[in-house]
Amino acid sequence: MPEINLAKASVRDLNAALHALTEESNETLWLVKNPGGKHAIAAGLDAPATVEIEGPVGYYCAGMNKQGTVIVHGNAGTGVAENMMSGHVRVKGDASQSAGATGRGGLLVIEGNASARCGISMKGIDIVVKGDIGAMSAFMAQAGNLVVLGGAGENLGDSIYEARLFIRGPVKSLGADCVQKDLTPDDHRILKDVLSRAGINGEAKAEDFRLYGSARTLYHFHVDNAASY
Amino acid sequence: MCGIVGLFLKNKALAPQLGSLTARMLAVMSDRGPDSAGFAVYGNGSPEIVKLTLRADHESVAQLAKAFASRFGVQADILRRDSHAVLSVPKVLEPRVRLWLAQEHPGIHLVGVGTRMELYKDVGLPSQVADRFGLPLMKGTHAIGHTRMATESSVTTDGAHPFSTGIDQCLVHNGSLSNHNATRRILMREGLSFETENDSEVAAAYLTWRMREGASLKEALIDSLNDLDGFYTFVVGTESGFAVLRDPIACKPAVMAETEDYVAFGSEYRALAVLPDIEKARLFEPEPAQVYVWEH
Repeated sequence: MPEINLAKASVRDLNAALHALTEESNETLWLVKNPGGKHAIAAGLDAPATVEIEGPVGYYCAGMNKQGTVIVHGNAGTGVAENMMSGHVRVKGDASQSAGATGRGGLLVIEGNASARCGISMKGIDIVVKGDIGAMSAFMAQAGNLVVLGGAGENLGDSIYEARLFIRGPVKSLGADCVQKDLTPDDHRILKDVLSRAGINGEAKAEDFRLYGSARTLYHFHVDNAASY
Repeated sequence: MCGIVGLFLKNKALAPQLGSLTARMLAVMSDRGPDSAGFAVYGNGSPEIVKLTLRADHESVAQLAKAFASRFGVQADILRRDSHAVLSVPKVLEPRVRLWLAQEHPGIHLVGVGTRMELYKDVGLPSQVADRFGLPLMKGTHAIGHTRMATESSVTTDGAHPFSTGIDQCLVHNGSLSNHNATRRILMREGLSFETENDSEVAAAYLTWRMREGASLKEALIDSLNDLDGFYTFVVGTESGFAVLRDPIACKPAVMAETEDYVAFGSEYRALAVLPDIEKARLFEPEPAQVYVWEH
């Protein structure tokens, strides 16, 4: 198992080694020591490998991830798993702002809390947060599922398009055009599937979540608003 | 961009390490602001003595010492540190010394005034600026530092942070204010004076004005939420206090660590990673529009 110590090697060295991996590579488990909050660790991974990071990471950890599994044993800085395409990213601690921003696929699990703008402009990613999420989360969210076992900060889902926001705890306030909706059987099935893939089977029941989504009044043209254009 | 660091000690036993820890944090934040740096350190002091941190070349400082002795009839107490010098004067003399400096020594720039605060700033890489002034050996109860990446005005010592507009008060800022010109005019009518065109100096002066009018540090920062427009993370120091405020949408990064021994601020976690027992600290991001204050 390759082990890279970032107290000695550079992040560039680490990422170059990870970028050299292919689907056929035998080195499928990597260990990263002493990350020290450095930026862009394991960004741009495109192979079915697992990267375990023993400590806190800085900005854009596992950004653009494709196929890979990245596990952070610590906190993550701004933009963890930003624009993830597929694969699995798990943060054992808290995540800073813009976690999972613009993500197009894959699963991001944050075992602690996520701060502001979690899931901003998400485009198909599934995000599960065991704690709370901060203000302005899911801003302009377009597709995918955001599942929060705790509560949400102010202006949840402002200007949302079509993502589903499942929140178990209290929501401080909803942003423009974001409304609570009834869960259909399909929504239930999707929520259960996301929880199960995140490894959450006993600790949260699908029935305890409320669903928020778009009222669809902002992005359809309405003749009454013609004067505003 | 810009980087901010701050360290407020709860445990006095760490006081000898204040400077070295602050210097290490500042060096890590070089990536966020490589063109200039500055810091304020709250060290030993007496309410009867006022420390004037001055910026002047060595020759001017030597001349100043002679002129001071002949003008005030006492030996000048001057500590020279690279391009800066700290002139300590009895509190009763302070207004006369400041007037004398302004009238007779216009080439000497007053950087900050405090009973405990000393303030240093200059252009250059943050680690080099810290070393030139001897920050690693400085002691004290709290310190605030800034690394600057100038975006809207030129790279000059005057544009470097912290800004000090009142005794023992200083402010560092990451962000930019959009109503600083209008606010500066209001503050000038209130009798405050400005050294630069910098928006951050307006934020510092705003807090000085509110506190002069009787507000506590916390109340002054709450007022600023209504009166200062733009994006910002502020870290503020007073003689006994340390405060943090982010704008209502938290544009600029901020992470804090609290242990039984200290409260620390960093623009990024990397800056905090150098602190003792950081793995046991309570780490959190300050909430938008929420004022955080610690007092000794």
